Amino acid sequence: MSDAPFRILPEVTPANEHFWRGGAHDELRFLRCRPCREWIHPPSPVCPRCLAKDVAPEAVSGRARVLTFTVNHQLWIPGFPPPYVIAIVELPEQVGLRLTTNLVGIAPEDVRIDMDVRVVFEQHGDVYLPLFAPVTSP
Amino acid sequence: MKPILEKNAAITGLGQSAVGRRLPASPLELTLDACLEAIADAGLRREDIDGLATYPGAGFGGGGFSGAGITDVQDALRLELDWFCGGPETSGQLGSVINACMAVASGLANHVLCFRTVFEASAQGAGRRAGIGAGGGPGFRASGFLQWTLPFGAASAANWIALFAQAHFHAYGTTREQLAWIALNARRNAARNPKAIFRDPLTLADYLSARMISTPLGLYDCDVPVDGSTAFVVSRAELARDLRRPRVRVEAVGSALHGRPSWDQFDDLTTMALRDASSMLWQRTDLRPADVDVAELYDGFSFIALAWLEALGFCKQGEGGPFVAGGARIALDGEIPLNTHGGQLSAGRLHGYGFLHEAVVQLRGEGGERQVPGSPEVAIAAAGGGPLGGCLLLTRA
Repeated sequence: MSDAPFRILPEVTPANEHFWRGGAHDELRFLRCRPCREWIHPPSPVCPRCLAKDVAPEAVSGRARVLTFTVNHQLWIPGFPPPYVIAIVELPEQVGLRLTTNLVGIAPEDVRIDMDVRVVFEQHGDVYLPLFAPVTSP
Repeated sequence: MKPILEKNAAITGLGQSAVGRRLPASPLELTLDACLEAIADAGLRREDIDGLATYPGAGFGGGGFSGAGITDVQDALRLELDWFCGGPETSGQLGSVINACMAVASGLANHVLCFRTVFEASAQGAGRRAGIGAGGGPGFRASGFLQWTLPFGAASAANWIALFAQAHFHAYGTTREQLAWIALNARRNAARNPKAIFRDPLTLADYLSARMISTPLGLYDCDVPVDGSTAFVVSRAELARDLRRPRVRVEAVGSALHGRPSWDQFDDLTTMALRDASSMLWQRTDLRPADVDVAELYDGFSFIALAWLEALGFCKQGEGGPFVAGGARIALDGEIPLNTHGGQLSAGRLHGYGFLHEAVVQLRGEGGERQVPGSPEVAIAAAGGGPLGGCLLLTRA
């Protein structure tokens, strides 16, 4: 934690704590509809597909693919200096199941759309930010 | 078929305050300058104004994003309103004008005053752009949509739009050398607009060598914050006949939101909500893109104007890069003159309202040195990016 950079953290609530604290169990968790198995993100109390209210967190594999990215060069947040890579990644569990994140463990100039990545968590107290790092080729 | 009530609306008055990087006037003073000018321009008295609309309303966003709200203006002018509406949850900045069109068309009001005031240059200081929500102070925690972006340093629409632009570059081979022409064309037109902020020539080399903000967007892909206010009077068309100004009628509007309402969950990251607003507009008119004589399309970031060009059908999806490259098609004398006042990139970030203002100026033939030749009869004004998008097709009546 002491090695982690300053971050603006999310306000953790009962509705989102599965996402922000799943890293404590080394799991990336999303809400999922029990009847129709739809993954739901951002969290909602009703399944957007079948409208069931029977939704609960489940872990995904943690694998993902880079849909798009940007290398940010502008200082927006004091204490969080550029450059850094912002990406939208999509999980193989469902088309459209995605999140904004940072890519770490890779030089910005080496990032490519479609590259395979895997979640790594960066702990800030009770919040575990899901970041993604390249899957090294065998 | 849904009834197309917006055809009963006309834009009868135009007003705009001084526009500058840091003006001595207060945001309310700028607002009232624009509003009173619009009322006078329409040939109306303030007692005639019975409706008021704005975006995004008082108190929404920091950093000078909202210079004045509904009650500020209602009280300052002692307006007696039968209808009013101000808020951010609408089809982009021009959603407020679309709402006004419907208010006059449906008989809730006769003449709606619409205004949008920004005070971002003064509020953010010289040369700095604030990150959205980044100034929350010690212990601040992000909630709502921002919880999904701020922890990752995606604190600006520059980042959110850059993600779309990169996806477009990847899918269609779009290049910075092509995208540059949105900015270069804007600057070329701004040189002919005495109110524009940046009027000095901008070259492709200048564009490419400017510092990067968030790849693939560099400094000249980002608009310039200003202080200023723009206002319109929207009247029921039957009442507009008796007014003093040339009539500009609303032909059709687009206000749709079909995809997911966030910046990172939209189904196609090479376009945005403006895709569905554009499609809706063309379903409400017999006019086609080829009938449009001038296009004023939101360029808060250059890529958004490219996305509007594609969505509105001036070129095919993915062909925006080659379409704007070289700048000939979008020039004042080109097949679709674009952002004839200089856009937000060079004329200043009046946040959506500047495009509609310029569309009416062009239809009235009042563009001066930047007037599109051939007496344009059909214009389109569009604003918004990401989950926000609204557009109006206008004709000279």
